Amino acid sequence: MTVESTAARKPRRSSKRTSAVKTTAKTPAETPQSSEPELVQLLTPEGERVEHPDYQIDLTAEELRGLYRDMVLTRRFDAEATALQRQGELGLWASLLGQEAAQIGSGRALRDDDYVFPTYREHGVAWCRGVDPTNLLGMFRGVNHGGWDPNTNNFHLYTIVIGSQTLHATGYAMGVAKDGADSAVIAYFGDGASSQGDVAESFTFSAVYNAPVVFFCQNNQWAISEPTEKQTRVPLYQRAQGFGFPGVRVDGNDVLACLAVTRSALERARRGEGPTLVEAFTYRMGAHTTSDDPTKYRADEERASWEAKDPILRLRTHLEKEGTADEAFFTALEAESEALGKRVREAVRAMPDPDRMAIFDHAYADGNPLVDEERAQFAAYQASFADSAEEGK
Amino acid sequence: MAMEKMSIAKALNESLRKALDTDPKVLIMGEDVGKLGGVFRITDGLQKDFGEDRVIDTPLAESGIVGTAIGLALRGYRPIVEIQFDGFVFPAYDQIVTQLAKMHARALGKIKLPVVVRIPYGGGIGAVEHHSESPEALFAHVAGLKVVSPSNASDAYWMMQQAVQSDDPIIFFEPKRRYWDKGEVETDSIPGPLHRAAVARTGSDLTLVAYGPMVKVCLEAAAAAQEEGKSIEVLDLRSMSPIDFDTIQTSVEKTGRLVVVHEAPVFYGSGAEIAARITERCFYHLEAPVLRVGGYHAPYPPARLEDEYLPGLDRVLDAVDRSLAY
Repeated sequence: MTVESTAARKPRRSSKRTSAVKTTAKTPAETPQSSEPELVQLLTPEGERVEHPDYQIDLTAEELRGLYRDMVLTRRFDAEATALQRQGELGLWASLLGQEAAQIGSGRALRDDDYVFPTYREHGVAWCRGVDPTNLLGMFRGVNHGGWDPNTNNFHLYTIVIGSQTLHATGYAMGVAKDGADSAVIAYFGDGASSQGDVAESFTFSAVYNAPVVFFCQNNQWAISEPTEKQTRVPLYQRAQGFGFPGVRVDGNDVLACLAVTRSALERARRGEGPTLVEAFTYRMGAHTTSDDPTKYRADEERASWEAKDPILRLRTHLEKEGTADEAFFTALEAESEALGKRVREAVRAMPDPDRMAIFDHAYADGNPLVDEERAQFAAYQASFADSAEEGK
Repeated sequence: MAMEKMSIAKALNESLRKALDTDPKVLIMGEDVGKLGGVFRITDGLQKDFGEDRVIDTPLAESGIVGTAIGLALRGYRPIVEIQFDGFVFPAYDQIVTQLAKMHARALGKIKLPVVVRIPYGGGIGAVEHHSESPEALFAHVAGLKVVSPSNASDAYWMMQQAVQSDDPIIFFEPKRRYWDKGEVETDSIPGPLHRAAVARTGSDLTLVAYGPMVKVCLEAAAAAQEEGKSIEVLDLRSMSPIDFDTIQTSVEKTGRLVVVHEAPVFYGSGAEIAARITERCFYHLEAPVLRVGGYHAPYPPARLEDEYLPGLDRVLDAVDRSLAY
């Protein structure tokens, strides 16, 4: 794969596709977002397997069912978290609804020794890394800022400042290369983050140092209320060419294509051939977070058009058509989903508030006398209430 | 015992060399740090001896420098990054404040960020805009960061060693107008803790607190005051976060008077923090309110005016006189 071959790839399967992005302000200049560039697809919205000259995939029936299970359980977890937010158990939730294929496909392409730098919506990738989903909820409930050990699953903490983690991924990948290891690093970010300087700087650094990093941009069409055309005048995957590495656009609702393309990019990184930008062209079906209302900024018809491309539905259609999964599988999975929902619900409600002294914990690795002093003052202040209660005042 | 007289610049260079030599995980990163040896030559010769993989010339992107250093630290490296000048740190300020400072706490202590950010800072060299600023309070205000500044060659050598060994991110402000000042460096002796203040001169009538480039001015002021029969104690703060208030308190309990001197604007500066804390701690020992001498609440002026803006001997002595007049 060369820069030229990916950037200049001819449209292959775009004839049936309609524009999903509305251009609000037409100018005399070209409006590149109004015509959709081709994307790598291996499974059509109708559940048909199709071939692609550059990306092949050959999965066993069990692997196909595994991907389906991952997506279903991730969606179930996400729905439960959204409900828990509505019930006041979580302060906020960033739903991944609609992005299951992009996350499960890319997540299942990773090896254990690869390292993931997520944004705050990568619940499906976390699932693939073996992070217990209940661990993702602490931040949203407000009991921590992401309490898992990043090195247990090679899954870094969620990063809320947009695009910062692409530089961390690049630096980490520079370290991987220095160590002579053959693992790869993947950085997740969104179409909105693509406007951030840090993302551009991470492209520069990774290209200059030939870092083994894959940039996985989930272009879900909306950065809160701002559409992609407020972020870019060219298709995002084409940005890579200017930095000197390949970019490819994949159907982000096609789990097989996401798996194949990410796997290829990771292998390229492992071979010492440097970074790749993967743009997963997908759609955020819900709100940016539970705090916003997408009906204020986007049309119902747009959502409806993407519902027809649902990542889970299309794989189910395929499995049913091919006889890869029987009714018993789907029934068992439904029960497993409900059990997961119940487990998540119970875990969140049982999640204790942190000890109040945790305010001071881990501010510094080597300690700090100022923190010690303030901790002691705070403890004495709290203790003064305890004394009052004991004395019945 | 190895005792050598060298400039602050040379002491830093020797210290960085020792750090690279001692620990293969130590890296140096920054703009022009390789063949050129940095615009102040602090990294002179290091790339030649340690290679391009250890002493890394970076793209001209400060956020990228600090952001990738964070990633390298997560991978187990100990990056020392150079920001070319004080006024250029702000593109990296987001990475330093939102990421570098907080990541250890965010991970509940599971990961460490041993990154040193070196910043040549302060005025007095006749530079153009953005090359003479003193933004230390902006970093000292952020929990998770530690902020230090040496004032002499020995401290430059040893504080850099200690900063590299720290598991916390350290913002290391280098007083650029003192780079060429020479002093004795005892390279074998074991130094005191990184965040302890030093008594640079003993006295009994008033305490002057300064750090970095202003220590020299305060020592000169104390010498001048001596000729007028005033005994001034000078403390070299060395660390702006955390601050060694115990050493200041001990001194102020003895002298009863405190003047804090720094180049940075007085408003919301480190002098305000010191004045407030010492007033709390030493209220009944103080013979006069704590006074501050520093820059004005105005953009750093053009070089032809910087001598008016920067605290000099006369402004320090004026504050000393005002304090003693109470």
